[in-house]
Amino acid sequence: MKKRLAARQIAEYGLLIALSMVLSYVEFLIPLSVAVPGVKLGLANIVVVFALFRLGKVEAFVISMLRVLLMTFMFGNAFALFYSLSGAVLSFAVMLLLLKTGRFSPAGVGIGGGVFHNIGQLLCASVLLGTKQLLYYLPVLLISGTMAGVAIGLVAGMLLSRVKPDRAG
Amino acid sequence: MKKRRNDLLLLAAVVALATLLWLTLRVTRSTGAYVLVSVNGAQIGMYPLDEDLALRIGDDTKYNILVIKDGWAQISEASCPDKLCVHQGKVRYDGQSLICLPNKVVVEIVGGEQSDYDAVAK
Repeated sequence: MKKRLAARQIAEYGLLIALSMVLSYVEFLIPLSVAVPGVKLGLANIVVVFALFRLGKVEAFVISMLRVLLMTFMFGNAFALFYSLSGAVLSFAVMLLLLKTGRFSPAGVGIGGGVFHNIGQLLCASVLLGTKQLLYYLPVLLISGTMAGVAIGLVAGMLLSRVKPDRAG
Repeated sequence: MKKRRNDLLLLAAVVALATLLWLTLRVTRSTGAYVLVSVNGAQIGMYPLDEDLALRIGDDTKYNILVIKDGWAQISEASCPDKLCVHQGKVRYDGQSLICLPNKVVVEIVGGEQSDYDAVAK
C-alpha cells in the first residue's frame, strides 16, 4: 500500500513538473517583455498555485524549485539561476503566507505570487548590477504582476474546481 | 463571498501602491546632466548628456552601442539575443537607466539638481 502511494506521488510530481516546464517554455515563446523588461505572465505559476491548494506546501515548493533548476540546466546559466530562484522563492513565500491566512481565493494568492515574483527578480537584478535605479520599473511591474497574477489565479481556481481530488488510487 | 472581497482589496491595494509610487517618481524627476556607463558593476565612463556621442561598449562578440543625441541617450544596437536594452528607447531623466542583463551593461542618467547628493551617496 505504501509502495503504491510512493509511485503515485512520483507520477504526480513528474506530471506537474513536466507541465510547469512546458508552460515556462510556452511563455518563453510569447515576447511580452519587449515593451518593459520583466513583464511576464508567469504561466508556470498556475501549477504552483494548483499544487499549493490541492497537494500542500512541501509538494508545491518542490515542484517550483525543480522547475527552476531543470529549466536553468536546459536553457539558462548561473546568472539566470539566481534571477529565477529569487523570484520563485519570494513569490512562493508570499503565496504560502496568503494561503495560510485562509482569507484569499486562488486569485488573491496568484496576485501575491505575481507581484512578489517581480519584486524578487527586481531586487536580485539590483544586487547583481549594483544599481538602485531599477526602482523606476517597480510601478509597471506591480501592475503587470497583479494582472498576470489575477489571470493565473483564476485559471488555477478553475482547475481546482474541475480536476477532482483523487485520493482513492 | 468574503474571499472574493479580500482578493479585490488586495488588488486595489497593490494598484494604489503602484500608482502612488509612479506619481512620486514622476513628480520628483528632473532632467539629468550626465550619462554614466557601468559594465559588470564597474564604472567605465561618464559622458555629458548635452554632447552628441556614439560609443561602442564591450568587445567584438559582446557589445552595446550607446548613442547620445539631442539630450537623449539610447542604446541603438546590441549583441544580446533579446535586445531589451534597445527596446527600452530613449532616456533623459535623472535616475533613468538602460540595462542589458546579458552583457551586464548599465547606462544611467545622473546629475541634474541632485548631483551633490549623488556624489556623496557614491
